[in-house]
Amino acid sequence: MTNFTINGRDVTVDVEADTPLLWVVRDELRLTGSKFGCGVAQCGACTMMVDGMPRRTCITPVGSVDGASIETIEGLEGREAEAVAAAWQGLDVPQCGWCQSGQIISATALLREVPKPTDDDIDAAMAGNVCRCATYVRIRQAIHDAADSMEG
Amino acid sequence: MKRLILALGLTLAGAASAETVNGLKTADEFAGVQNDEERSVAVFQEMMKVIESPRCLNCHPRGDTPLQGDDMHPHMPPVQRGVADFGAPGMYCTTCHGSENVAYSTGDGSIPGHVPWQLAPVEMAWVGKSAPEICAQLKDPARNGGRDLAEIHEHMAEDGLVGWGWTPGEGRTPAPGTQAILGELVQAWIDTGAMCPES
Repeated sequence: MTNFTINGRDVTVDVEADTPLLWVVRDELRLTGSKFGCGVAQCGACTMMVDGMPRRTCITPVGSVDGASIETIEGLEGREAEAVAAAWQGLDVPQCGWCQSGQIISATALLREVPKPTDDDIDAAMAGNVCRCATYVRIRQAIHDAADSMEG
Repeated sequence: MKRLILALGLTLAGAASAETVNGLKTADEFAGVQNDEERSVAVFQEMMKVIESPRCLNCHPRGDTPLQGDDMHPHMPPVQRGVADFGAPGMYCTTCHGSENVAYSTGDGSIPGHVPWQLAPVEMAWVGKSAPEICAQLKDPARNGGRDLAEIHEHMAEDGLVGWGWTPGEGRTPAPGTQAILGELVQAWIDTGAMCPES
């Protein structure tokens, strides 16, 4: 048994401790916004917040998050998350959308730590989130827009 | 002739008591080198077999990017060192690296893990450096984290992240020998004056 909170809700799951967190969230808890991309921590599509920090959940054994607080795209909250969502909508950032929940989690994590990031800050923080539609230019601009909106 | 046979017998006995473990000679193998300075240099050259292992060099890189794999390719994804040698804001090492190695669920290989998981500071870079350069660097408190020789021994013989180098998980070749043998070599090097090779 593993206990954790997901988007503020206490859950207990009865799965093998080495099951990846992504499997549990999608298949057991039926929150399918986080995507499977590569399975080897190379693409970022599975990114969730674990205790407030972005984490690749395809290589995170569920047993390692016992007692942790998990946020997924379905429940991401706060000033930065709202600014990111608005900026994403404003620029129509997604194309196919597969990677976008991971992109938004990583962008939100960056803005929580660096409210006014430079291009270099963005490139460093987002280096592990691959977009097969190559929406990188819009992603970077949307992060700047989100940062600007929080200043005003 | 009798003397020669006796000498040969002693040599063979000496060879039998020493050993090489996983490609690394134990400190005992250097007992036959009578001159302390020569023994110290020889022991350091043996330490270099571990220091030059990809398991050590990959996290003692030059520049701001760690290396990966037995072929020491640049880390993918292209992460950065960051101000604390722990990644950039939003992309710290812990975004992927957990407390232990985790086998991939979808195929061969694993992602390495240990707490802590981080790069050696850039002044401790080893990649591309010669044995004399690394030796001098190891003894220089300005470039070894302010460590004295006893603390250098502690780092190599007991540090958990260093020890990970011998249990690196599927898809990575362990460092030569064992951490205990490396510890004995480092101690033997220190005990013989911590001499550095000239080439």
